[in-house]
Amino acid sequence: MKAQGQLAIETVGLEKAFGDQKAVAGISLSVPRGSVFGFLGPNGSGKTTTIRMMLGLAEATKGQINLLGYEIPKKVAEVLPKVGALVEGPAFYPYMSGRNNLIRMDSADRNSNPQTREQRVDSALERVGLSNAAKKKVHAYSLGMKQRLGLANALLKPRELLILDEPTNGLDPQGTREVRNLIRSLAAEGITIFLSSHLLTEIEQLCSHVAVMRAGEIVAQGSLNELRSNGQTRLMLVVDQVAEAKEVLKAAGISKTETLGQKLVSSVDRELDVAKLNKALVAKNIAVSELRLENPSLEEYFVDLTGEGFEVVR
Amino acid sequence: MFARLFSASLMLSELRVMFTRRRTWAMLAAIAMIPILLATAVYLSADQIAPGEGPPFLDRVTQNGLFTGFTAMLLAMPLFLPLTMSVVSGDTIAGEAGLGTLRYLLIAPVGRARLLVVKYLATLVFALVGTFVLMIAGAIIGAILFPVGPVTLLSGDVIQIPEALGRMAIVALYTTVSMMGMLALGLFISTLTTIPVGAMTGVLVASGVSQILDNLPQLAWLHEWLFTHYWLDFADILRQPIELGSLGANVILQLGYVAVFGALAYGRLASKDILS
Ligand SMILES: Nc1ncnc2c1ncn2[C@@H]1O[C@H](COP(=O)(O)OP(=O)(O)O)[C@@H](O)[C@H]1O
Ligand SMILES: [Mg+2]
Repeated sequence: MKAQGQLAIETVGLEKAFGDQKAVAGISLSVPRGSVFGFLGPNGSGKTTTIRMMLGLAEATKGQINLLGYEIPKKVAEVLPKVGALVEGPAFYPYMSGRNNLIRMDSADRNSNPQTREQRVDSALERVGLSNAAKKKVHAYSLGMKQRLGLANALLKPRELLILDEPTNGLDPQGTREVRNLIRSLAAEGITIFLSSHLLTEIEQLCSHVAVMRAGEIVAQGSLNELRSNGQTRLMLVVDQVAEAKEVLKAAGISKTETLGQKLVSSVDRELDVAKLNKALVAKNIAVSELRLENPSLEEYFVDLTGEGFEVVR
Repeated sequence: MFARLFSASLMLSELRVMFTRRRTWAMLAAIAMIPILLATAVYLSADQIAPGEGPPFLDRVTQNGLFTGFTAMLLAMPLFLPLTMSVVSGDTIAGEAGLGTLRYLLIAPVGRARLLVVKYLATLVFALVGTFVLMIAGAIIGAILFPVGPVTLLSGDVIQIPEALGRMAIVALYTTVSMMGMLALGLFISTLTTIPVGAMTGVLVASGVSQILDNLPQLAWLHEWLFTHYWLDFADILRQPIELGSLGANVILQLGYVAVFGALAYGRLASKDILS
């Protein structure tokens, strides 16, 4: 694999087998630097397993990983200080306070400066809105508070890359909004964010890029705009003279048309010139009461890709 | 190289985690209770004990309270002390894995070798604290309930109180050394599972089996290789001069266990997928 300066994460043919089941079945990811990259897939599709391999927690059965230009697992110790991560939910010592938990985790990092430790811990706590609960023991934290503490742990140092595995899991709507805003502000600082989620709306709201996982495989990958364009744009037309309108559409090169009473629905190109079509219809003396292009919804597209309802497929 | 294997900051953090747990304090309190219970029982029934009855030194306790610690150590060695050691050492890696904190330590990144070294040293600190707590509690309760004076050693020599206290410290150190092998075994077993109670049980069973084997004359050839073999030999410290023979053999044996199980623990943790 060649050194990729523009890519924050690159995997080639990454595979992880548990027994004879391939949890990750040969995926090639390209995560551009500075992007907010959504890693979308239903439960059990292999997101967490992929993240574990990226962080050197689990060994890949096959394939290569490159994180910020460092080969994984060979150079994992060198790159990890630049990476903050939340993996499969937060984990802390329940009998210690939130603040002491962070001090503990920072002490574990041999690259971190003990002189600035307390101050970095306090500002991370402040950033996630936990300053007031910092002295409480973690066993008294709600799931949402633990999730925030997990984010604070990822933010103990300035990072180049954040790998966040389902960071809004277990949060109430208010907390979810706050965490999403936090992610936006981190992205605005130029940090690359790799965000795994099983929620399409989350990805749509936050991400510039996305890879869609299904049963260990990537079924789609690219910028959100690219993926949107994969879906079929439709033309909705309501007229008084259906047959004549169909002729006009045909003349304009639009052949796939379905008729529902006075309504015509056609599959069309995204770049279709609607004004010109309108002119042609009016020239034939057809009264147009509705004419619009319907952009494909990502949701439909993803349901097509991953199956209905995001159920666990295995 | 040294920095890769040790960090004072992580060591302090590890001790802080250990001594924040109520369980640690509960175990130390229980260890302190051994000499206290022993001395109280002896005190209440002093006139019924014939010389030589009960555990060694028991009859001496009433004559000199400074023997309380030694006697309590003899009582605690076979089961109670190993029990607390197995809790602490079985918990080292399995406890972190069970909580899920192991994955966060590793991506901090802590370094797997460094984590093992620090975890091991922390269990050793616990052993040291535990044995000293036992000896100190013994000295205190002994001084409260019984007369205290120059100590007549097993060799018949008499040493003064300050030297007797020194011998008590040596006994505590010796017992800590005696625990080194078991603690290393515990560290290794702890890398095998994500369920701390399983690891603790494993270590405790190993110490029980080792002591049983040590009592089977048919396996005499094996005895000097068992990590429990020299556990009760601290009586040699109560001679004048201190007999160094079995003490030295014990140190070498314990270091051997540390080398073998330390290497196995590293081999296991370094190659292991962290899926908890
Ligand atoms: N330790 C493990 N042993 C065996 N199978 C596992 C293990 N961890 C995960 N899997 C399997 O791998 C697949 C992917 O799991 P995971 O990566 O956790 O998915 P996701 O994070 O997308 O929900 C699942 O089918 C799961 O059952
Ligand atoms: Mg997951």
